[in-house]
Amino acid sequence: MSVLTYREAVRAALSEELARDENVVLMGEEVAQFNGAYKVSEGLLDKFGPKRVVDTPISEAGFIGTGIGASMLGVRPVMELMFWSFYSVAFDQILNNAANVRYMSGGLINCPIVIRGPANGGTNVGATHSHTPENVLANHPGVKVVVPSTAADAKGLLKSAIRDNDPVFFLENTILYGEKGEVPDDEDLLIPLGLADVKREGTDLTIVTYGRCVLHSLAAAEIIAEKHGASVEVVDLRSIRPLDFDTVLKSVAKTHRVLIVEEQKPFCSVGSQLGFMIQEEAFDELDAPILRVSTIDAPAIYSPPMEIVQLPSVDRVLAAALKVLAS
Amino acid sequence: MMRIRRFEERSLRAYQGKKIGGFLHLYIGQEAVAVGCCSLMGADDHVITAYRDHGHAIAVGMDTKPLMAELYGKVTGCSKGKGGSMHYFAPSLNYWGGHGIVGGQIPLGTGLAYGVKYQGKKGAAMAFMGDGAVNQGAVHEAMNLAGLWDLPCIFVIENNRYSMGTSQLRSSAGPGLAERAAAYGINWSKCYGHDIYEVRDTMNEVLQLARNENKPSVIEIDTYRYRGHSVADPDKTYRTRDEIDDYRKNKDPLIAFKATLLAEGVLTEDSSSVIDKEARAEADLAAEFAEASPYPTPEDIQKDVYWEADHPDQRTSQGRLFFN
Repeated sequence: MSVLTYREAVRAALSEELARDENVVLMGEEVAQFNGAYKVSEGLLDKFGPKRVVDTPISEAGFIGTGIGASMLGVRPVMELMFWSFYSVAFDQILNNAANVRYMSGGLINCPIVIRGPANGGTNVGATHSHTPENVLANHPGVKVVVPSTAADAKGLLKSAIRDNDPVFFLENTILYGEKGEVPDDEDLLIPLGLADVKREGTDLTIVTYGRCVLHSLAAAEIIAEKHGASVEVVDLRSIRPLDFDTVLKSVAKTHRVLIVEEQKPFCSVGSQLGFMIQEEAFDELDAPILRVSTIDAPAIYSPPMEIVQLPSVDRVLAAALKVLAS
Repeated sequence: MMRIRRFEERSLRAYQGKKIGGFLHLYIGQEAVAVGCCSLMGADDHVITAYRDHGHAIAVGMDTKPLMAELYGKVTGCSKGKGGSMHYFAPSLNYWGGHGIVGGQIPLGTGLAYGVKYQGKKGAAMAFMGDGAVNQGAVHEAMNLAGLWDLPCIFVIENNRYSMGTSQLRSSAGPGLAERAAAYGINWSKCYGHDIYEVRDTMNEVLQLARNENKPSVIEIDTYRYRGHSVADPDKTYRTRDEIDDYRKNKDPLIAFKATLLAEGVLTEDSSSVIDKEARAEADLAAEFAEASPYPTPEDIQKDVYWEADHPDQRTSQGRLFFN
């Protein structure tokens, strides 16, 4: 076991998979010579050379489409988006081409491509750079969507994503890049996509969450245990599509109360889907209405103190959790 | 060329008989382009095109029965009835579609060239587009990458003069279309697409550059479609009957090629009519095959979405992939 930052864990996964399979190639803006805009790919150019670690121009539709085309021939590109927010300029490539080409070819083609990069608010970069598009992406059958919250999950899930034969969209988080965690040293650390992780066990309330909101939820759960005498279970989905709903159902059957926490605008969010599914499949288990903590419904505000207010926080999770527990 | 012409004429009758849904973008008039270019394909050469894709599909060697069945939406179609007219694919023949969004296939074509080079093969990718596509940003991003990285990609602009109903004059600034390649330092040329020999000569030259030197090229091929943008286009607002008739009578690639082959003594009137009859019979057989084939079933709707779901014995992920 080593203690790594989330950033180092992502880098370790990239490095190990580049070493394991010569078809893997890392491409993106500033990934090579600059060592990565967020230093995720630091040192990889020196280690693997310019054929395997490739700088692209600022040209997302062009280079993402190029990666998708190469993947149809069996190359396994890992494409870095400096921010997932830039997916909108490559939308046609990502969601018309990568997502649909298998279906439209009657199953003759598959795209073993990974598109990864950070997708989060909270860094005062305004509305254009703060998108969290996991709901938009996951709305498209044919793609897989993964949002890891810890260093170990980031490594194990990214290695699985790179070995996956379908397009996998991997959403990291700039605020989590510096977070440390224990990571198994095993070079074959593979965490299956679509397997949730109960990050904290509890009996009175289930918080269903993923990404950075897992950290808020765990902190709130700790306060509730200490100050309010209630036991909160935190289910980290880790993967949005495929979705481990069995783990959610199992937890709901135990606690009978649910809070969903997400860094998403509430309308048509991942939480909207989860709420629908829980009422559909576990209605009789519920002792209280499902509540949800989401991003306040507006474009991401720049003003630093107000961005803190707009995003899910420990305080907001705590207040909502206590409300569900009291109802 | 004759097989493409007769296949499409037959498909038009089927469309008019309401056997085919959606759009039907016919290639009639442009046949010498696809046939001329695709006839030069080697084992490591690849082709990708837009939605006017029937001609390229037949030119790379796809069987016309599953092509017609695809138009009918039948499970025996080349994409099992899931793609339709605009989305023909045959990876085993290095044919990568058949793409519906104008210009969207061009970065994929650049990616095919990237893959060929990455894997150390001596091949090229021909990425076909219409004249309307040259104003799409993705096309220029792809050209820039091909020029920057020396990718063996040949951008083929099939200039049929109209992007849907908008003429080149009303859609494209500057002196011409292929000329835009100069901005990326890419070799470019133009040719007359009604003469299959000229198409082949032009393509052959740029193929050598791509295969031997990893050099991309842009070629603009002057061509013309007799039918509307799609069959749904009444074709009455943006060009004259006289213009269409002039092309049909004086520039038709099939008539021109027949005349050349007759002059060369390769073809006789008799052998020419045999080719025509065989092409008509093949198209009729394809339509009969399509007619007799079953539709996909409701269970088929959720197949061919994920590689992993289609290979359950090799599945590594868990959880729900589909949400019903």
